[in-house]
Amino acid sequence: MTELVSAKNLGMTFSNRQVLKDLNFKIERGSMTSLIGPNGVGKTTLVRILIGSLQPTAGELTFLPDKQSLNIGYVPQFRNLEAEYPLSIRSFVSLNQLTKHLPWHTKSERQALDNILAQTHLTALQKTTVGNASGGEKQKAYLAQALISEPDLLILDESTASLDIETKEEVMALVAELNRLHGLTVIFVTHDLDLARKYTDQYLFLKRGQYEMGPMSQLDPNLELD
Amino acid sequence: MLTFDFMRHAFVASTFIAITCGLIGVFVVARNMSFLAHTLAEIGFAGASFGVFLGIAPLNGMLLFTMISSITIGQMSAKESRREASISAISSLFVGLGILFLSLSNRNASYATNILFGSIIGISLTDVYQLITLSAVIVVGILLFYRYLVFDSYDSIGAQAQGLKTNWLSIYFLILLAISVSIAAQIVGSLLVFILVTLPAFIAKYLAKSVPAMLAVSVGAALLGVWLGLWLGYITNWPVTFFIATLEFIFYFIALLYHQHVSH
Repeated sequence: MTELVSAKNLGMTFSNRQVLKDLNFKIERGSMTSLIGPNGVGKTTLVRILIGSLQPTAGELTFLPDKQSLNIGYVPQFRNLEAEYPLSIRSFVSLNQLTKHLPWHTKSERQALDNILAQTHLTALQKTTVGNASGGEKQKAYLAQALISEPDLLILDESTASLDIETKEEVMALVAELNRLHGLTVIFVTHDLDLARKYTDQYLFLKRGQYEMGPMSQLDPNLELD
Repeated sequence: MLTFDFMRHAFVASTFIAITCGLIGVFVVARNMSFLAHTLAEIGFAGASFGVFLGIAPLNGMLLFTMISSITIGQMSAKESRREASISAISSLFVGLGILFLSLSNRNASYATNILFGSIIGISLTDVYQLITLSAVIVVGILLFYRYLVFDSYDSIGAQAQGLKTNWLSIYFLILLAISVSIAAQIVGSLLVFILVTLPAFIAKYLAKSVPAMLAVSVGAALLGVWLGLWLGYITNWPVTFFIATLEFIFYFIALLYHQHVSH
């Protein structure tokens, strides 16, 4: 497997408070990594560094082949969509089709949209408004919206936290399927160790000032996070 | 009715303004900024009075005030929790200033009435050209960054997650909004910009599920309102603003009933 992202002595300090310190890791293309750790340990900070909205205060992050040609999709933890949100799931997903500037979508863009909706099992629901969709359907729509830009790396930030067990499994099974079929690289930020064990193949465990990384099989089976 | 110059001017200007307001309104509603639009209009009232006081065209005074303040207001009310407070504070100040400028300029009360409630009948050909130019600026401004504006307006968190420069987009949008509010006030007056800037867009929100469809419904509702309003104003000699307001209200009410019927 080839490397997609690597961190070398990565550190982040916010006005005297050190959040991340000497972090070294590699994420390979096509891998599924769980980013785990207790609250406040710096998981979100690391994600923000990965997506480029924060600059690390120490060390460096290398993207291969380079940062410009690498497309990172990010599904944030919270969305502020109101109950009467008017757009259909189809329109919502297409918001992230930004490569062209035309006000209307071209035929190839509409096809790409059809494909993503089919892959995320949303075709039958595409005309439902996001406001009327269930929690799991919304989550799939968020996922589809991030996927429509064809990311090399997809970061899911606690995306399943608010869902019931069955829906969590459904969303993660979908992510795993996309990983298997298209070699999508995934970083799954979570508190849910059962899901992490079941669907991802390696972990990056942040602790205060330290970290641990390895294949999922090596994660302490008795570990509890909170 | 179109044999008269003043009616032709009113008709052409209203058509362009309705298209522009219908378009921008969809974004205003998506961004939850209807009250901000209203505040900008009150600032516009102060600007127009200031124009009268200086002896320049009220529309220019309005553009000056709204464009300068749109950015300040946007920043003051960036935090949603603070938005209502900032907006009330700012609108009080500016309505007060508007009254002061009018009083200082020694104009009669009909000037205030025109600014507050609109006066589309009787605008000159030069005004028409200026309004068309401003409308064109807004439409081109929307088209230039259309997909970014749509993404940021309908899903600001998603847009940020994809790395869009949402702060920059907000300021850009507020400037377009400032111009739209100023030209909308020429027809319906600064007290009633709601009628053209937000009501058609709320109608669209109830009837459509995609952004292009909302834009079409919103522009349609705005156009129908101003055209019928002008015609009714012409045959009855009652204020055009009254007719546009009533028509848009009726359209809104029907859309709301339809929406409730469909979603139950």
